[in-house]
Amino acid sequence: MLKINNLHAKLEDEDKQILKGVSLEVPAGEVHAIMGPNGSGKSTTSYVLSGRDGYEVTEGEVTLNGEDLLDMEPEERAAAGLFLAFQYPVEIPGVGNMTFLRTAANAQRKARGEEELSAADFLKLIREKAKTLNIDADMLKRPVNVGFSGGEKKRNEILQMALLEPKMCILDETDSGLDVDAMRLVADGVNALRSPDRAFLVITHYQRLLDHIKPDVVHIMADGKIVKTGGPELALEVEQNGYADLLAEAS
Amino acid sequence: MNDAALKTREAVASEKDELSLRLNALSLPEGGFTAPARADALSRLKSMGLPHPRDEYWRFTDPRPFNAPVPAAIPLAGKGPDSPLFAERDRLILVFVDGEFDPSSSSDLSLDGAEIDILSRADAQADHWAKDLYGKLETAGQNPVERPFAALNTAVAREGALIRVTGKPSRPVHIVHRREREDADVTWHHVIRVEPGAELTLLETGMVGARSNGVIEADVATGGKLNHIAAKRAGHQKLGFSAVFARVDAEAAFKSFALSVNGTLMRHEAVVEFVGDDAIAHVAAAVLGDGNRGPFHHDDTVFITHDAERCESRQVFKKVLKNGAVGVFQGKILVKPGAQKTDGYQISQALLLDDDSQFLGKPELEIYADDVVCSHGSTTGAIDETALFYLRSRGVPRDRAIVLMILSFLADALEEVEDEGLREEISDRLDAWLTRHA
Repeated sequence: MLKINNLHAKLEDEDKQILKGVSLEVPAGEVHAIMGPNGSGKSTTSYVLSGRDGYEVTEGEVTLNGEDLLDMEPEERAAAGLFLAFQYPVEIPGVGNMTFLRTAANAQRKARGEEELSAADFLKLIREKAKTLNIDADMLKRPVNVGFSGGEKKRNEILQMALLEPKMCILDETDSGLDVDAMRLVADGVNALRSPDRAFLVITHYQRLLDHIKPDVVHIMADGKIVKTGGPELALEVEQNGYADLLAEAS
Repeated sequence: MNDAALKTREAVASEKDELSLRLNALSLPEGGFTAPARADALSRLKSMGLPHPRDEYWRFTDPRPFNAPVPAAIPLAGKGPDSPLFAERDRLILVFVDGEFDPSSSSDLSLDGAEIDILSRADAQADHWAKDLYGKLETAGQNPVERPFAALNTAVAREGALIRVTGKPSRPVHIVHRREREDADVTWHHVIRVEPGAELTLLETGMVGARSNGVIEADVATGGKLNHIAAKRAGHQKLGFSAVFARVDAEAAFKSFALSVNGTLMRHEAVVEFVGDDAIAHVAAAVLGDGNRGPFHHDDTVFITHDAERCESRQVFKKVLKNGAVGVFQGKILVKPGAQKTDGYQISQALLLDDDSQFLGKPELEIYADDVVCSHGSTTGAIDETALFYLRSRGVPRDRAIVLMILSFLADALEEVEDEGLREEISDRLDAWLTRHA
């Protein structure tokens, strides 16, 4: 599914290398977690994968189902099946959530050469998805993320994921700003989307999200590289002992 | 005599010549109930002279193209949108072609709850209800700011709608401008009187002329309400001056929203005066300017005078500018002594889509009462890259994402259109226009 090979990236405006050789592979059907201390390059990895401006890839390759991801615009990556759930979903006043979701869904369908959804079909589909995720229909009528609580914003991200049905989902510190109940709701939504042909990359600081979204593989990131890879027990080790021992061991 | 004094004398002489040339090119109306107001306006105009860039409120907008004796002929615009705005709505239509009322294209003027006249017909009478208002509100509000173009309008206007609202008409009045001549130099002057407790929605659309000078005088009596929505579209008049003067009495509401899409040199003034307690006035505009479609300079100048207690004023001005377009906003809230519990708010914002465009803002507050809430803000910025990325990361193509961001930016101004159906129609039309010109 997703293959990252020796990825190096720096900030465009500064001569500061952030990613220094990230390599990992996430096969279809698996959930991988990336953990690491602040400043290790976790969020940068998600931005570089999804094509955010401001970063320059200086070395390495990334493919999604064999397609060169780095050669695509952000919207092309989305149409190819990549989805990034934001750590801080953006508020867009004046644009209805429903309008945004329909625009996104149809833009992706069009890019893939599929027929666009009619207004009626879209309405039926989105109501169905919202119901499955226990999302209040009122959220669909409001402007994108405006006035949403932290939990609502993250649930809106999961709703978008459910609607767009991406192949590769990246969750960038989705647990930040969530209380325990909201985190469980979000995790339930993610778990409902797990399938043999979909993969997840969950970026997180803490073990607690991984209590609800059980990863198959855990990667520890430090100083722009994956320094250790293991099973779910690695996350528990971080929770108990912090990163210091792991980083010392890796160096 | 030193050089500076000599220059000043020469400049004054030149400006007098300019005004003489401007007036000589016009044939001034005579007689009718407007005669005293016209004579007064002409006298005021001669005393003021035409505006000059050195005038404080014209420092950002060079008025000289408005001062030319006759406007340059401007080729007629190409085909407009498939259907005019508000076409699906049940409304009373008043059509003005190159500034002349066209009865054959207009609706019957009967409307339950309103009395409608056309200025060119009504002015044959010696007396009329509009006599107490024509040219009167135009002189009010925040002296010593001079408004020579409004005075010129009062002096020379032959056409306009005279609407006295006595009830709550079930349908809006829609003034439609059509442009058929390349050199149309149009002056129109509407007078609206909303009687106590009455309500009206007034719509204005269309292409006016090569040059236009339009004035609305609106008197909203106690408990009355006037919603004014003007939507000018691409290909509208190239040089446009317009002004709305509103007097708002106790517990009354005046709301005015203007959408402006392109043009060459546009200046819109709103002058609102609260004369009764517990009233509200909202003035808003959404402006789109693209310098690639010809030079673009759009100026909104607003004066709100609070001379009563517990009144609420809102100014929401949004401009989207690109390819060298220039936007101007000057807005002043004056709170007179005794206008306690005033709630005044003013926001002017520009979204610059490139580095070549510019926005000039001059917000002002002048407050002589001590128990008020007044605030103003003005920002100039670019598209929020994070939000743009958010939309693109969901698969929305860049051009479409920019259109959504622009609509998002304009949303606060559009919110001032109270009627949801009208608001959605304007928003849909804006969306379509932006999509075509992205």
